[in-house]
Amino acid sequence: MMGHGYAAALPANPWNWVAVWRRNYLAWKKVALASLIGNLADPMISLFGLGFGLGIMVGPVEGTPYIAFLTAGMVAASAMTSSTFETIYATFGRMQRTWEGILHTQLTLGDIVLGELAWAATKAFLAGTGIMIVATALGLVAWPSALYALPVIALSGLAFASLAMVVTALAPSYDYVVFYQTLVITPMLFLSGALFPVSRMPRVFQQVGGFLPLAHSIELIRPAMLGRPAVSVGLHIGALCIYTVLPFFLSSALLRRRLMP
Amino acid sequence: MSAFWQGDANSSAEAVSGAPSPSLPREIASLCRPPEAGRLPSAEGDKHISTLAIDLDGVSKSYGNKLVVNGLSFTVAAGECFGLLGPNGAGKSTITRMLLGMTPPDSGKITVLGMPVPARARLARGRIGVVPQFDNLDLEFTVRENLLVFGRYFGMSTRALKAVVPSLLEFARLESKADARVGALSGGMKRRLTLARALINDPQLLVMDEPTTGLDPHARHLIWERLRKLLSQGKTIILTTHFMEEAERLCNRLCVLERGRIIAEGRPHALIEEQIGCDVLEIYGGDPHELSAMIEPFVQRIEMSGETLFCYGPDPEQVRMQLQGRAGLRLLQRPPNLEDVFLRLTGRGMEN
Repeated sequence: MMGHGYAAALPANPWNWVAVWRRNYLAWKKVALASLIGNLADPMISLFGLGFGLGIMVGPVEGTPYIAFLTAGMVAASAMTSSTFETIYATFGRMQRTWEGILHTQLTLGDIVLGELAWAATKAFLAGTGIMIVATALGLVAWPSALYALPVIALSGLAFASLAMVVTALAPSYDYVVFYQTLVITPMLFLSGALFPVSRMPRVFQQVGGFLPLAHSIELIRPAMLGRPAVSVGLHIGALCIYTVLPFFLSSALLRRRLMP
Repeated sequence: MSAFWQGDANSSAEAVSGAPSPSLPREIASLCRPPEAGRLPSAEGDKHISTLAIDLDGVSKSYGNKLVVNGLSFTVAAGECFGLLGPNGAGKSTITRMLLGMTPPDSGKITVLGMPVPARARLARGRIGVVPQFDNLDLEFTVRENLLVFGRYFGMSTRALKAVVPSLLEFARLESKADARVGALSGGMKRRLTLARALINDPQLLVMDEPTTGLDPHARHLIWERLRKLLSQGKTIILTTHFMEEAERLCNRLCVLERGRIIAEGRPHALIEEQIGCDVLEIYGGDPHELSAMIEPFVQRIEMSGETLFCYGPDPEQVRMQLQGRAGLRLLQRPPNLEDVFLRLTGRGMEN
């Protein structure tokens, strides 16, 4: 897999990917409003439903109202789901026809993958910041420390897109990507402390949770949004970077095998 | 239907000069003469290497246990139109994919526009335009947006694109459709847009995989006329096709492939002369086996394709006499064409 011709799967230069990003942006612009509403509605409904509904029962969590605790988790979770869905559904749809055309130009497979990841991260950023803006209006966000959350949302989007790209590269059809959604993404939501603190869960779950990319993302986003000092910042950023870089090379190699046999 | 290929089989312009397209001025037709095309291959040595657009040397490729391309060698001179003919599964599409660096060969050497492929395929692709077998236009975009977006993949600036897009729309006769969505275009228009898109980077070489498959005759003739125009501008074209008429009209040289190997190569008319060399009598409407037995003594050779018999011999009149009085038979006597060559070499029709 790493042998002859692997260069064709790597980005040719640091800027080629922009053309792919711009293609996706142009297509998105035509349906921007519907896309924004769709992307925001789902997490907002969960947020209000759980935040106000459960919030009455559970009282303060880790010294903050439950809905504020939950908002920070939902920002990270929506970055995860929007960049994951973009990659396993929309990118999967572009992989055959659209990519074939692009591969006939001066772009390499790596340029395309990078452009797609950057685009998915952009959509994650829009979804995450959208929730932050609404939550700000409700007085749930501590500014200006919440500014630190913005680059973390983008990096999380990149990491989840990169992981999902491996699934896209391997899945024979849409039916298979559903496994990733139900067996990986949904459990991650519960194990990473997005909806409730993991400190009360069995120890083994806590240990597993500590490795998950969403947990690292939340450990950075939540303190920033609640105006608290974050701990082990370097570790969490490093983990998210590893979750971005390693799957990128893996998916590029897998896609080369799939599309350029 | 055969008038277009009349002419001296030794003339270097024969493949294109005889095609009197009303919209193709005479001076363009005369420009179609390929520069030294067909006389180049390696026999003449290194001095011509720089004028080779494509050089395949002993290229093989297999998928699993299936050998798709088997020790293939051919060259295409700059400015030439070269055709790859063959039944489905002969390896035509795999060859075009290898030329673009989309598929690495298992063995052999590929040079395209002076660059080794796939090692430097990306650079080569910068000077190549591709018309794929199946349209992969961006359905979400308009005609103009398709060209703009595609140009960016070649690193072209918006300003540079704005300068070339109008002339490409004109070339593709799509000026009035510039802001129409691709989904609203007819098959012929989509094909012309794909051709215009392939020209966005002003390529020296065009690689076309069945450029007119699925088009109606009018749309097909328009594409052919556009391709001749490109040849007159000095572009090199390599195309795969199912259509013998397309190959006869456009190609200076062609090769017939079967199971990944070349079974015949040359100029269309030379191939026809060499392989057939006489008029053809087509008979259909009866039991081909019975008819075949009956006329066998009066012809040199008979090919059967579906329910049609193709009879080759110096004296078709004799066959006609034998069949006189038989009701329901349809006979057609015509000059030979590439279809006959193909039938003879592969023993079956093109579409089989």
